[in-house]
Amino acid sequence: MAYSLLEGNEAIARGAVAAGCRFFAGYPITPATTIYQSMLNLLPPLGGICLQGEDEIASIGFCLGASMAGLKVMTATSGPGISLYSENISFAIGSEIPIVIIDVQRLGPSTGSATRGADGDINFLRWGSSGGLPVIVLAPVDVKDCFELTLHAFNLAEEFRCPVFVASNKEIGMTRESIDLKRLKTPAIIKRRAAPTHQPLLPFHVEPEQQVPNFLPIGAKVLVRQTSSTHGADGYITTDPVAISRNQERLKQKLLSAVDRFSFHEIHRTRNADTLLIAYGVSARAAKAVFKEQMRRDKPISLLILKTLWPVPENAIRQAARMARRIVVVEMNLGQYVREIERILHDKAVVFCGQMDGQLITPAQITEAIENE
Amino acid sequence: MNSLLNDERPPLLCPGCTHERITHMLDQAFQHMGLAGHQVVIVSDIGCSGLFDTFFHTHAMHGLHGRALSYATGLKMARPELKVVVTMGDGGQGIGGAHLLAACRRNIDLTLLILNNFNFGMTGGQFSATTPTGAQVGSGFLNQLERPLDICEVARSAGAPYVHRCSGFDKDLPAKIQSAVEYEGFSVMDIWGICPGRYTKKNRLTPKMIDDLLAKLPPMTGVIPENGRLEYAQHYRRLAATQKKVPAPAVIRKQFKAPQAGRQEVILLGSAGQRIITAGEILCIAGLTAGLNTTQKNEYNITVLRGPSISELILSPEEIDFTGIDNPTAVAALDQEGVDRRRDLFARLSKDALIIQTSGVTLPNNKARIHRVDLKAQNIRRPDWALASLAVLARLEKAIRTEMLEAALKIRFKGKTLTSSLDLIRRVEIGEGV
Repeated sequence: MAYSLLEGNEAIARGAVAAGCRFFAGYPITPATTIYQSMLNLLPPLGGICLQGEDEIASIGFCLGASMAGLKVMTATSGPGISLYSENISFAIGSEIPIVIIDVQRLGPSTGSATRGADGDINFLRWGSSGGLPVIVLAPVDVKDCFELTLHAFNLAEEFRCPVFVASNKEIGMTRESIDLKRLKTPAIIKRRAAPTHQPLLPFHVEPEQQVPNFLPIGAKVLVRQTSSTHGADGYITTDPVAISRNQERLKQKLLSAVDRFSFHEIHRTRNADTLLIAYGVSARAAKAVFKEQMRRDKPISLLILKTLWPVPENAIRQAARMARRIVVVEMNLGQYVREIERILHDKAVVFCGQMDGQLITPAQITEAIENE
Repeated sequence: MNSLLNDERPPLLCPGCTHERITHMLDQAFQHMGLAGHQVVIVSDIGCSGLFDTFFHTHAMHGLHGRALSYATGLKMARPELKVVVTMGDGGQGIGGAHLLAACRRNIDLTLLILNNFNFGMTGGQFSATTPTGAQVGSGFLNQLERPLDICEVARSAGAPYVHRCSGFDKDLPAKIQSAVEYEGFSVMDIWGICPGRYTKKNRLTPKMIDDLLAKLPPMTGVIPENGRLEYAQHYRRLAATQKKVPAPAVIRKQFKAPQAGRQEVILLGSAGQRIITAGEILCIAGLTAGLNTTQKNEYNITVLRGPSISELILSPEEIDFTGIDNPTAVAALDQEGVDRRRDLFARLSKDALIIQTSGVTLPNNKARIHRVDLKAQNIRRPDWALASLAVLARLEKAIRTEMLEAALKIRFKGKTLTSSLDLIRRVEIGEGV
């Protein structure tokens, strides 16, 4: 076995390049800056484009333009930048523009603490856009996930034509870790499905049996219209409530109906375990240490590590919790995703273990939550 | 040549709106240039100017208020062959001011047509960045308090190489637009017009008055010679072509045996400027040379050369889950700031733990084995203290060995840095146990 030493942010950048990303625009912000730096090292020699916007709004705007021109695009920021991205996130959702958005979370609210970790944006990523339509959020646990989930994020963005978030954390992004690059799993690379070029394009027309419109780039022979306005299949403003409602429902269902296909998670089920520990992000590492320790102490528990957070992988969660009486949810915030768990597993006792002080939740804290009944 | 107007969607503007004239003039400019629809993209944002993309049979991208220049920049970088025409109102210019300044500084080949009619038409005639102080608009008295902006002066001082101010009633507007579109670089046209739906309901403004007002201003007629320079996208490609390809991450093979069998946790407690993070990385690489899993978790303030700097390092034959360190086997106490930040840790140290204490650092009470080293007396510079502490660890065979450390330095550094760092770890006197 031979290892390399990589930080999470660099693994994301390398994953993006492996996915075919050739356009990155960002604005410096700790703890996401090293993604921008890595992209600036990686893209220009490959003929790719890496830009620094005048602010976060411009950075994501550049990306949306380049995505409509047919490139795979990514931007990276932290909580304060996600706030500024919001209007363009809504644009990407409603107008089906593929983009991968990395949020290397830091302690909030507001400018908060630039060099302290948190998972405080988990609900913000889901709900921080106008219209309230679903988005995809993936959550890496370690450097390996940073690489692999970024590849999946691009595939999902291309397949579903939507923004896909990778919810990292300072404690993953700026933590270095040994990694065996040969053991990384690279999924087959997906590209957005092209519309036929022998006829005029209805940019938002959806073929029967499909849920996502076919794509053609702005700038090629066939004319393409893109608009942030409420539109019909032709890309012009519509006021027809039936067409509007059908489109909104499709935007919702294209993700909700497919989530079982991309419910990334890790399940460690133990027979007769009374307690199921649910964790995501960097806290899943402490949870895994607890899982192993409880095995050694002959007090086994089960462990579910969620790597797809939104849409909520309800079936995976229900399946994992089938035999459990008690659920302990660990989050590096004051209780966000636990509300989803309570909603889905309303017949179980759900215990919350979280904190928001810039420190990692320790295995000892989780053990205490498990044992304190 | 063929018109690029969209027959199915004729302009839908208030009777008498200058926007409609400009629509036709823009089409004439396209015709004179012999452009086909697919060679052009019209990028627009919010307001009446945001309807322009629907009037033309070209590519189109319509987005959020004031952000049109940002979408246009992405499009142009990705498709340099496209003619990118951006339409914005005086409203979009105001809300997107930062983007306008940046576009002027960048000099990317876009044409920005600012359809300046001195107010927010769509939302009720509120004041914009160009509304005259004396105008009666939908914002009560507030426009009396703000001085209108001279878009062209701003664009020129921000570095736009092409700035043109004119009336939407100019007979030769198509030729002027054509000249702006053909200019290879960022071109701005500030086109003054009349908003009959809102502005001229309470404010008298005629084409003749516009001409008179324009005549009083310093002329802006296109090329600004002192701002002329290489276009951004071309310049980007020229510089990008000189960038060297980044190698894949180094793959480090196991070549040594670690001094201890189990998991080792090391914490470097120092301050900014001591190269704590680099030393931590080297310790991890040293671990990799013994086939170990490693993690490096860092803590520092956002200030650059001030404040504590801490690196928590785990070297383990097992998979590493939790990356924090609760009970280290070795502590390098390199600066009081780092030690103070982690005061609580010392009481927990076992008697088997090793502390490397540099002179000048006071330790909280602890049971650990203390090893004192005076790096200052050895004429070692503070930026080298963290690396020197690794040399002491290696010599004491705690977590790493000297051959592991030397191999790590050879992987991480090259040339002079490698020579001087190897020299440093060889000459460090390791001090004495207490």
